[in-house]
Amino acid sequence: MTSPVPEPPDGNGKGAIGLRAVTKRYGAERVVDQVTLDIFPGEFFSLLGPSGSGKTTTLMMIAGFATVDEGAVTVDGRDIAGAPPQRRGFGMVFQNYAIFPHLNVFENVAFPLRARRLPAEQIRERVAWALGLVRLERFGDRFARQLSGGQQQRVAIARAIVFHPSVVLMDEPLGALDKNLRYEMQVEIKEIQTRLGMTVVYVTHDQEEAMNMSDRIAIMNRGRIEQVGPPAEIYERPANIFIGRFLGEANLVEGRVEDVADGVATLRVADDLTLRAHVCAGSAVGASASLFVRPERVALGTGAAGEGDLAVNRAVGQVRRISFLGNIVRYAVEIAPAALIIVDVQNTGSRRIAAGERVTVSWPVADSLVLVG
Amino acid sequence: MSQRMGDPALMILPAFALLGALFVVPLVWFFIGVLSEESPGDMIERGVAVLSSRAAVTALITTNWIALLVTGVTLLAGYPIAYYLAMSTGWRFAVVLFCIIVPYFTSVIVRTYSWMVLLGRNGLINQALRAAGLTDAPLPLLYNKFGILIGMSYVLMPYMILTLYAAMRGIDPSLIRAAHGLGASRAYAFWKVYFPLSLHGVVSGSLIVFILAIGFFITPALMGGPSDVMIAMLIERAVEITLDWPSAAFMSLLLLAATLLLYAIYYKVTDVRRMMGAAT
Repeated sequence: MTSPVPEPPDGNGKGAIGLRAVTKRYGAERVVDQVTLDIFPGEFFSLLGPSGSGKTTTLMMIAGFATVDEGAVTVDGRDIAGAPPQRRGFGMVFQNYAIFPHLNVFENVAFPLRARRLPAEQIRERVAWALGLVRLERFGDRFARQLSGGQQQRVAIARAIVFHPSVVLMDEPLGALDKNLRYEMQVEIKEIQTRLGMTVVYVTHDQEEAMNMSDRIAIMNRGRIEQVGPPAEIYERPANIFIGRFLGEANLVEGRVEDVADGVATLRVADDLTLRAHVCAGSAVGASASLFVRPERVALGTGAAGEGDLAVNRAVGQVRRISFLGNIVRYAVEIAPAALIIVDVQNTGSRRIAAGERVTVSWPVADSLVLVG
Repeated sequence: MSQRMGDPALMILPAFALLGALFVVPLVWFFIGVLSEESPGDMIERGVAVLSSRAAVTALITTNWIALLVTGVTLLAGYPIAYYLAMSTGWRFAVVLFCIIVPYFTSVIVRTYSWMVLLGRNGLINQALRAAGLTDAPLPLLYNKFGILIGMSYVLMPYMILTLYAAMRGIDPSLIRAAHGLGASRAYAFWKVYFPLSLHGVVSGSLIVFILAIGFFITPALMGGPSDVMIAMLIERAVEITLDWPSAAFMSLLLLAATLLLYAIYYKVTDVRRMMGAAT
């Protein structure tokens, strides 16, 4: 049962993964529902979603640990439905590292090579190369219990790349690490992925992690893909309210669409307040919708609300809450009954506004979107 | 609360008292009472005499050989069962566990006699073989080493299975998954990951079974032949028939020492396992 060891996937265009209307059922529930995706060779692709969204199940179907109830999974165009995990030739990094406790670091990293019956000389070379890549050259004869969490994670990564797979699957690999270490490891993983040009499919529920590392992100919710795109695009132009709320901080002000003209909708938020925003998906006049704007795009002023400029939304309100977050100060401004606008202001040391003060909030219409359900 | 309940150490006191009164005291009394009548020189002489007697040497060899065979049989038969148990859940798990546990709670004598019904000259197995035309004469399944092996392996099987099962339950299933994910076939993953991780259970289970087997009495006495004398039977003979109590005491002491030594090894093995388990 030896599978060939492919050459390093450096720009050879291998490692394309396709999912065609893939469905997984547990009983009557569709945990993954008609998921179609194209993951390109050499791409860092993240599946991001809350727990129970089906992202891990999707990864397990790609890996071969979960069967596909409907649809097809392809690698470089070949359907791999029938192949067990050990025949798929992917590198894998698991949530809990899964370092073999009875083997030392060298043997752990050598494991995929020994399973493929490589000659001893080549195994020594490859393991040394992989351990060098994760900066663990000197740790070959240690055991997992003698390593820190970050080191164990690096062993798991070395073990996943040592046989030069064109695709590496990672299931929340940094979940167990503390915040600072996690960021370091993100940088390291991204660097290795870029250097080797391999495809990485990465499952996480941490939005910052996904945004930091990914070329593209697929947002999953209740078994479905909600949106696929580069991090900036998903952040700036979420397809719906769920994504807007899930990825980063977002203002979502509820209202009713009064008018749509030239791709700009006018939203009535209160009797004396309308706001304007770009129309995303067909929001009809009369429908209820939410205006979406990121807190860092909103400006805070103490002057009266100016009139006239149609390209800018303006509203007057009272500061209800102030949160000091270090680099930013977050204000919650009530611009209409039950309508709060969160404003993030860089902490530049200028005068702070006090709770209860009346202020003006404003943001460009171009920075806001009308989102539905 | 803790005032009324008292020191937790007191809780174990009744058990200690029982064990002391029924086991330690009679044992010590037996050894002192029997062996103190002799001078140290006599004792050494007796020891040499006992150890160099044909009966004792044969019994020692037989005992070790049978204990070894029983350990091997229970290990080979028990490992797959324990593996199945560790892999299954729900009613399958319950049924198999029930089948292992229930005989465990049944008297050894009852179980031994039921085997004799099965294995005897006109037992069920021989009747079936003859009815099927596979044999003309009854096979000698009882009153020999084969009979002892079957009987003892059966009685000791739960110890092996449950020890192995406990070790297997401690193996993180995600490690096997990882092995497959990294390209290992089922057989490779088993021999390179699963089996090594279950090895401490193999050692513990084998030691337990071996310890229990070297002191076995009822089953070999009932199912063995005239030449299959184990050390416990020799002791019983010395006490009951030849009334040579000093020799019986000496052999008992030997058996006890061997048991304690093996137990010390067992303790060490399980302790090492705990250390490894705690750190990973």
